[in-house]
Amino acid sequence: MTQPLLRVTDLRTYFSTEEGVVRAVDGISFDLQPGERRGVVGESGSGKSVTAMSIMRLIEPPAGEIVTGRIEYKGANLLEMAEDEMQAVRGGQIAMIFQDPMTALNPVYTIGDQLMETITLHQKVSKREARDIAMQALADVQIPNPVARLEEYPHQFSGGMRQRVMIAMGLSCNPDILIADEPTTALDVTTQAKIMDLMLGLADERNTAVLLITHDLGVVAGFCDTIQVMYAGGIVESGSGDEIFHNPQHPYTWGLLGSMTRLDQAQQVRLHSIAGAPPSVIDLPVGCRFRPRCEFAQDICGRVLPPLVETGAGRSVACHFAEELDLKAIDVRHRETEAEEVIS
Amino acid sequence: MTDTMDQAAQPSSVSVGDLPADVIMRVNHLVKEFPIRKGVFFKKQVGAVKAVTDISFEVKSGETLGLVGESGCGKSTTARSVMRLLEPTSGDVWFRSKTRNKVVNVATAGKEELRGVREDIQIVFQDPYASLNPRMTVASIIAEPLVVHGKGDKQERLDKVKSLLKVVGLQPEHANRYPHEFSGGQRQRIGIARALALNPSFVVLDEPVSALDVSIQAQVLNLLDDLQSEFGLTYLFIAHDLSVVRHISDRVAVMYLGRMVEMADRDALYDRPMHPYTHALLSAVPIPDPKVEATRERILLEGDIPSPINPPSGCRFHTRCPIAQMGKCDVDEPQLLELEPGHWVACHFPEIKQVI
Repeated sequence: MTQPLLRVTDLRTYFSTEEGVVRAVDGISFDLQPGERRGVVGESGSGKSVTAMSIMRLIEPPAGEIVTGRIEYKGANLLEMAEDEMQAVRGGQIAMIFQDPMTALNPVYTIGDQLMETITLHQKVSKREARDIAMQALADVQIPNPVARLEEYPHQFSGGMRQRVMIAMGLSCNPDILIADEPTTALDVTTQAKIMDLMLGLADERNTAVLLITHDLGVVAGFCDTIQVMYAGGIVESGSGDEIFHNPQHPYTWGLLGSMTRLDQAQQVRLHSIAGAPPSVIDLPVGCRFRPRCEFAQDICGRVLPPLVETGAGRSVACHFAEELDLKAIDVRHRETEAEEVIS
Repeated sequence: MTDTMDQAAQPSSVSVGDLPADVIMRVNHLVKEFPIRKGVFFKKQVGAVKAVTDISFEVKSGETLGLVGESGCGKSTTARSVMRLLEPTSGDVWFRSKTRNKVVNVATAGKEELRGVREDIQIVFQDPYASLNPRMTVASIIAEPLVVHGKGDKQERLDKVKSLLKVVGLQPEHANRYPHEFSGGQRQRIGIARALALNPSFVVLDEPVSALDVSIQAQVLNLLDDLQSEFGLTYLFIAHDLSVVRHISDRVAVMYLGRMVEMADRDALYDRPMHPYTHALLSAVPIPDPKVEATRERILLEGDIPSPINPPSGCRFHTRCPIAQMGKCDVDEPQLLELEPGHWVACHFPEIKQVI
């Protein structure tokens, strides 16, 4: 395989708070290939957004700090770059779209001003050329009447339209990587469908790699080639979409899939639920972080943190019993209903 | 919408016999508008947000009716109006009150009557962070409805709180803690315990799991299932997540811009939807399975949802509808009609379409 576009190695991002050190991201490694669509899924507090912020170097000391690790973009370590070099990468080669389009846009500048600021920052163009690029960018995200819309302010746009502007801004400099952090979470489902279609269509056209961060397994199922599942600051499993959804090898992924309600599930079955709640990232359990909630846990899980090991081509799992457990054979929901019938 | 529904009597309460035995609530022609006022002194009304326009439906005893739609469709306003947390602009809400032992029109009931009804109807809110007072202990939060309605003495209330905590899967020892000591899922359990304190028969669940992570969502949904069978509760379940609604509901009603567009038994609505808005809505929901997703086709809607201040003429969906026929849909407002037994649709050109 060629050199990956982005390689993250043993990244650790910690935050110091009054209660103690929050190990938000604690030793994760992954690659992103050119044109790849990679989904980062996990529940709140799993470290998925901090992963994105770390790549963009948006972690502000002294509150937060990237303690160790390497983030290599085309071979150059972003963590060792001077701030002005990083500025060129940020927004130029790696762009980011945030969850909340209401707060990500500045309410006192017009949409045109904000788009043109990004463009003039990264491209040597005149103001007039920047305006043309901005207009084209709005047209690309299918905003009707882009010339007039350039002069308008964010409050004159609906939520879906604002997210289109964010995408236009993100893609205006033709980045190699687009990091989308919960881009459709604040939107209604019919708007979500349109925005995802649009964003990934544009990314495909330009061969932009997408790192899609979301808690919604449905969204990743439809749009990602590869998926990494995060839990309490670590990656517990990664692989192709098919593999993750149809052959989960980590008990957390397996439990998560079982606890989802599905639109196409006609039969009313009892949901599998993972007992308890995710651990506090301040006071992580010793050994495997999922152990307190894992129904397959054994002695070793309480002592040794399982590393992320390759179990097949492009397939890694962080579980001591990944090889032994045949999770696919255990129909999680079916088993649960049977057990309950016995009790009642 | 039907003749039988218009037969509802005029006085604010009638005897228990007037609703069919299996119906606990009947909503007739409910309208809720929020006036828009201008000016400092006179506050002249210059318009109104038409949040809910003429909707009628029944809730059967012991069932879960799911009310779905996107933001601004009026689902929460409907739920709050049927329990008089909002004053309905017009319409009737006939409710079979257990404590009063008669059918009460919640929409017009006087203060005293309403107080009785409020024991029967309770609500669980969406945001488990905002709906619990951070300065109150869990015990005083859960006991508050008992205090307000003058139930029991101090010791009896504490006993009730402890048993409620057990019912919702928390420990009786948690009674003296404060909300911030609990996670989102646990807080939602506290909110549910509070809603159950007065032994209600009807519970409005307003997006009860939307703020929770998936693994916690499953715990709370299972709990709601258990409580329903244990206490024979009737649920009005408001949600925007159509897969959650499919899981929990017996029947489902879909709203768009203040109007009910389709209502049917759960599987009929998901497997044989007839309204073009329901088609688009269902087709937009992603399914967590790449193989299924690869074969699905989405129906993408044009434009944004129109303003409820000045809703479109005729069918409110005609501006975005892929099958709208001008001259008909932009002129005539379609009525909600029963096209198949139990399957109600408000569309001039209904068509069964499989979209999942």
